[in-house]
Amino acid sequence: MPEAVLTLEDIHVRFPVKRNWRGQAHTWAHALNGVDLSVRRGETLGVVGESGCGKTTLAQVLIGLQQPSQGQLRWHNDRGQPNVQIVFQDPQSSLDPRLPVWKIITEPSCVKGETQESAMRARAARLAEQVGLSPDYLNRYPHEFSGGQRQRVAIARALASDPDVIVLDEPTSALDISVQAQIINLLFTLQREHQLTYILISHNVSVIRHMSNRVAVMYLGQIVELGDTAQVLARQRHPYTRLLLDAVPVLGAPLPENGVQAIPELPGNRVLPTGCFFLDRCAFRKHGCAERQLLKPISTETPMHSVRCHRYDHDEADGK
Amino acid sequence: MTPNSQLNTPRHVEAAAGRDSTPPVLDIDNLHIEFPIYQGAVRALNGVTIRVQPGEIVGIVGESGSGKSVTAMMSMRLIPQHNYVVRKGSIHKSGKNILDATEKQMRRIRGSDMAMIFQEPMTALNPTMRVGRQITDVIRKHTALTPKQARERAISLLRDMHIADPEQVFDAYPFELSGGMRQRIMIALAFSCDPSLLIADEPTTALDVTVQKQVLMLLRERAKKTGTAILLITHDMAVVSQFCERIYVMYAGSVVEQGAATDVINRPSHPYTRGLLGALPENANPGAPLLAIAGQVPNLADLPDGCAFRNRCNLQAQACSQIPPLMPLAGSCEHAAACWMTVREESDA
Amino acid sequence: MAATTATSQLSYSLAYFWYQLRRSPMMLLGLVLIALMCLAALLASLLTGHDPNAIDLGSRLLPPSAMHFFGTDEVGRDLFSRVLYGARQSIGVGIFVAFVASAIGSVIGCFSGIIGRTVDTIIMRAMDIVLSVPSLVLTMALAAALGPSLFNAMIAITIVRIPYYVRLARGQTLSIREMAYVQAARTFGAGRRHIVRWHVLRNALPPVIVQMTLDIGNAILMAAALGFIGLGAQQPTAEWGAMIASGRNFLLDQWWYSTFPGVAILITAIGFNLVGDGVRDMLDPKQKVK
Repeated sequence: MPEAVLTLEDIHVRFPVKRNWRGQAHTWAHALNGVDLSVRRGETLGVVGESGCGKTTLAQVLIGLQQPSQGQLRWHNDRGQPNVQIVFQDPQSSLDPRLPVWKIITEPSCVKGETQESAMRARAARLAEQVGLSPDYLNRYPHEFSGGQRQRVAIARALASDPDVIVLDEPTSALDISVQAQIINLLFTLQREHQLTYILISHNVSVIRHMSNRVAVMYLGQIVELGDTAQVLARQRHPYTRLLLDAVPVLGAPLPENGVQAIPELPGNRVLPTGCFFLDRCAFRKHGCAERQLLKPISTETPMHSVRCHRYDHDEADGK
Repeated sequence: MTPNSQLNTPRHVEAAAGRDSTPPVLDIDNLHIEFPIYQGAVRALNGVTIRVQPGEIVGIVGESGSGKSVTAMMSMRLIPQHNYVVRKGSIHKSGKNILDATEKQMRRIRGSDMAMIFQEPMTALNPTMRVGRQITDVIRKHTALTPKQARERAISLLRDMHIADPEQVFDAYPFELSGGMRQRIMIALAFSCDPSLLIADEPTTALDVTVQKQVLMLLRERAKKTGTAILLITHDMAVVSQFCERIYVMYAGSVVEQGAATDVINRPSHPYTRGLLGALPENANPGAPLLAIAGQVPNLADLPDGCAFRNRCNLQAQACSQIPPLMPLAGSCEHAAACWMTVREESDA
Repeated sequence: MAATTATSQLSYSLAYFWYQLRRSPMMLLGLVLIALMCLAALLASLLTGHDPNAIDLGSRLLPPSAMHFFGTDEVGRDLFSRVLYGARQSIGVGIFVAFVASAIGSVIGCFSGIIGRTVDTIIMRAMDIVLSVPSLVLTMALAAALGPSLFNAMIAITIVRIPYYVRLARGQTLSIREMAYVQAARTFGAGRRHIVRWHVLRNALPPVIVQMTLDIGNAILMAAALGFIGLGAQQPTAEWGAMIASGRNFLLDQWWYSTFPGVAILITAIGFNLVGDGVRDMLDPKQKVK
């Protein structure tokens, strides 16, 4: 089994939402509610979920901008220090509009203390070539580039500090289809050349399916299913995974003719449910659902595939 | 897979063949629009012809710079008149000339005759007004209903949107509602005066996929019930293939392919449509490189001569220095592509 | 497009600037007015043969004529040259106030925004206190306390303008801090100093520049107001506000005395305001047509 480069143990993150007159918080938004994850070196781990599932907060925790309220983040590299970079969703706001592109790319090096301009420019040119940007354009400003090119600049910047792990937060959601294809190909190439580990956070199931080796499905701050991408997306064991994949539009298949149902809204994360988080939207309710569900492997033969649903417990004979 | 059963109803076939005497609900005819800029002009639309028949669901698919959003905005005349220049062509809404209409006439048309929903429901709703009031304002502007009647109509609209508690939502502010709920309010607003055409500009791009499905089904259900035609603008091929009966594919300000949804998606003819479909992760093996279209969208202020796609096309030939018109493909009256090479392929086959 | 050289880029930028000017006739008008007044100030000695302070009791209160374009005042000084030389005081005050207040205010505002917490709260409440007093009253009080002179008037106006810039810069800093590019900077270890130097200053600048150009007009009006009540430039220095005040006594019969300095203030203030509006429209990202 490949070694882990990063481990998350029981990560909880909550934000104060309301404070009383003395400044003490009394209402919390529970963004992450017990995330356990182990990221293997060289893999692409996909994190899929909808708004409110906590994937943005997870990204913030991974890059160190958000401290967990509970739980631990452990890096297994030589220095024990995080060496992670991030590529954001919006190529427009992730680049300083008033800095020329070569400065943006080499900003990580400048922060570390290197100041020689010629060396920086040379480095920027090398990185630009790697991401498919012509070095002639390095003096330009972000608004002079297209969305796809700006995302390449962001990727070059992420590479500049030689990271172990790159968190890709919806890297292609703001891009056109043809540009998305180019960027995905670029990401594949770079991963091979630099032995990178990717954590791909997206709501786009097709991109996740295409790029990730393993996928974690998140709902209301928890991982509800985790395993090999092909397995998870094909078998859809957890009811939420099934709901999610059911809703993904398939090319050429018409919308179902059955009527629109009033599906209950996503519950807020202020007050967490006492039992299974997915209970009120689940079609498979049973009597065991009133307790908190644990993320457990489906069976001893597939320890790598875990589901947070008691219907898949070893002890219970029925699976579906 | 079974084609959408609506496709073969006589009304659509007749309308497509031009035998029906009702004018199309939206008739954009050979439209050329430019935006003058410093040292030149951005040629946003270059000979776009789009027709939407009554009750039809039509989609426009394209990427940035294709002109799809400009088409939508121009149909409602939402672009300030001093910003654009019409070089040729016209837009008619149920026979009424849109480009020549006065602002007063347009204000009457917008909302009652045709409505639009946008991508960002948060910015489309007034954050300082309760949602119900925004709906009743629109209703009372275009109809003669009393406040009480308008309120009842608004609440019944919300109920039709499958909103569980319409009275509560009626009194809520936009920030208290989720994105999906807000988009449903937008749809309710759009349908409040029974328009004959609804233009939806990327209505589900900002929504989660489960909500997207609900919203699309809702739109279709409502449109079928009231006989409203829908013009859906999107970059999402899967959505357009699911939802629309006919599709127009746009590139660099022109329509490059058009036809029934099943035809365009399953038998794409124009190299750009093929390229787009080929670049989708759904159509590739996981982990394999995607078939990206080489090059970039051309600068609309500096379009090359001839076919706008030629610099990126692997079928490029001498003939491509002339702009190809939309030519019907063999064996179909509706399916057409703007490509010299494809037609030759078809006729050779 | 091949890489352009520096000079051709400059000429392109100038041509583009001229293109934008043509689309904004108000700004063009403003620039013309300002240019007029600045030329008047700089070339005052060339444009008039008279010494602005030369007293000639034989030529008191003469109406406008070929000899004295704007007439003379009650001690026979040529009003045309006094208006021209007065331009130096007024425009000088305007520019000084705009630059110094914006510089000091922006630094304090950025500092306050980036440090945050208690320091930020203290600074902002202090600024609120200053802002709670009507600015004209506070300026007059400060100028009076410091003593009547042009320099003290400049100091007083500057001090009262600083809180506006603090607020503006702090607001900009707070929003820039949340931008994705600053978050990215923090992930590769950027400290506050780097973020301010690299990101905050250059992005907070445009609104500050807009405010500055608008402020020049305000400052000129404020200086004239102070001059009118006797604070500010003292006799015999020519100063527009003081001239209007002196001319009050002669308003009915010698209309030219107060009118010409008044019109000069009007033209200058309008010019700077029009340019300020135009600059704001030009820097507005939504208007960018590239």
